[in-house]
Amino acid sequence: MNFFTLLAREIRAYFLSPVAWVVLFFFLLLTGFNFYAGVAALNRGPSEVTVVEAFFNTVFFWFGFVLVFPLITMRLFSEEYKMGTIEPLMTAPVRDSEVVLAKYAGALFFYIVLWLPSLLYFLVFTRITRLEAAGAAGPFFGAYAMLLLIGMFYLSLGCLASALTRNQIVAAIMSFSVITLFFFIGLLTFFILSITPALREVTAYFSALEHMSEASRGFFDSRPFVFYLSLTAFALFLTFHVFQSRRWRN
Amino acid sequence: MIKVEGLTKTYSGVTAIRDLEFSVAKGEIVGFLGPNGAGKSTTMRILSCFLPATSGHATVAGFDVASQSREVRSRVGYMPENVALYTEMRVQEYLEYRAALKGVRGRRNRQRVNAVKELCSLRDVEQKLIGALSKGYRQRVGLADALLHDPDLLILDEPTIGLDPNQIRQVRQLIRDLGKRHTILLSTHILTEVEMTCSRVLILDRGRIAASDTPANLAGRVRTAGGICAEIRADAAVLERELSALPGVRKVELNPLEDGWHGCMLRTDAGRDRREQVAALAAAKGWPLRELCREQVNLERVFAEITQSGEI
Repeated sequence: MNFFTLLAREIRAYFLSPVAWVVLFFFLLLTGFNFYAGVAALNRGPSEVTVVEAFFNTVFFWFGFVLVFPLITMRLFSEEYKMGTIEPLMTAPVRDSEVVLAKYAGALFFYIVLWLPSLLYFLVFTRITRLEAAGAAGPFFGAYAMLLLIGMFYLSLGCLASALTRNQIVAAIMSFSVITLFFFIGLLTFFILSITPALREVTAYFSALEHMSEASRGFFDSRPFVFYLSLTAFALFLTFHVFQSRRWRN
Repeated sequence: MIKVEGLTKTYSGVTAIRDLEFSVAKGEIVGFLGPNGAGKSTTMRILSCFLPATSGHATVAGFDVASQSREVRSRVGYMPENVALYTEMRVQEYLEYRAALKGVRGRRNRQRVNAVKELCSLRDVEQKLIGALSKGYRQRVGLADALLHDPDLLILDEPTIGLDPNQIRQVRQLIRDLGKRHTILLSTHILTEVEMTCSRVLILDRGRIAASDTPANLAGRVRTAGGICAEIRADAAVLERELSALPGVRKVELNPLEDGWHGCMLRTDAGRDRREQVAALAAAKGWPLRELCREQVNLERVFAEITQSGEI
């Protein structure tokens, strides 16, 4: 029960703060432009990719995507530490785990809201052009499922960073760095010539770029599911322990 | 209601409280008195389960604060020293949220929220954003929050700090009223506050209990332990010699005023009021005397006195 009380507060906190609306506005602007660019590219001539594939595999998409997680998660714990609201919160009869999960779920909720309008793009596209946006249901749902999966993991990293510090900027920088590393690791290995092919293959398993491009083409692979879900659980587990450690840290 | 045994807390090497022992019975209003840094807030934070102790035990209503913390938290209403609130919420919203968090739900939620709004005079601001409230109102929201679940024990850390004199009077009255039904532990560094609200006083000094007494006894001893101010017209050298010779006077300071008048500051031993003797001396010598009063009681002096002489 406490979980839902806390979750309701988290969600309310997002939509009562200007940051949420600013993020929402500019994110929409970016994805809108990204969609426009995708359609424009396809208009130039015959192409092998679908709109969905084009939408989820451009620089515009990736850039906004990576940047949005620190913005969503940086305030979660840091703000409570800084403002001192952690004191009334933790002297109420709530469990640490409830607080961590509610904060995480609140961030996830906001993340989902962030993506909802993009569904509209494809609906509008299908209606107007009478063409399939994705070619089939598989790529469409695959892309969104992957979006959710990667998002779940990156949000849990953001939670962890925010639990570590009372400074929101520090939390944002930490989560941004780690997320960027995870995100581009597959790409990075191409620039390091000395890397062995075996190692390159291993990093390909981590590569979100790879996961996304496969999912948006309609490939279903269970490995990313296991990868992201287990890492999310692990990051939340760490968050829980970091959050508890405040008791003996000072 | 509260039982504390050998409680010690160190912050990275600095000892905030050491080997604290005290207990509070059900229904008492106990005042925690001490200068800044004496360990009042630390003790209260441990009792409200916000901080763990380094060593020692504390129980509230029979539950251990470390191992049965949720049981304790559901029985304690805690108001921190700096009341931190979610500034983007409205007062009504915030109180409803806090009540739900403390397990007060459904119809009882509405009843309790209304009751505490009434008690803390928050009716006029219930629809205001907390961020727009003055310090006094925020303080009252914090107090209302502590009362929401009708706790057995109220822990109030400096409840009147930052309030204007009218609000201070209201809050003190409120605490007295609450004391009829709740056990209260409150901290302050204002002596009169303790006198007006508490049934017992614990004086904390450098992490230890320096004294435990009723406010009346404490105030009595403190009053006489202070100093005496007098304004007398007489020759400075004679005045100093005669005043110093009075029994119980430890130190005399003279401050020359106009027309041969002198302001005299007398430091006296604790325990007895020496004003009478000063008046008698002036009368015997035929000196004009135009002012004779006790020095205003100053807690810092009292603390110096208590800790240096080991008295009280």
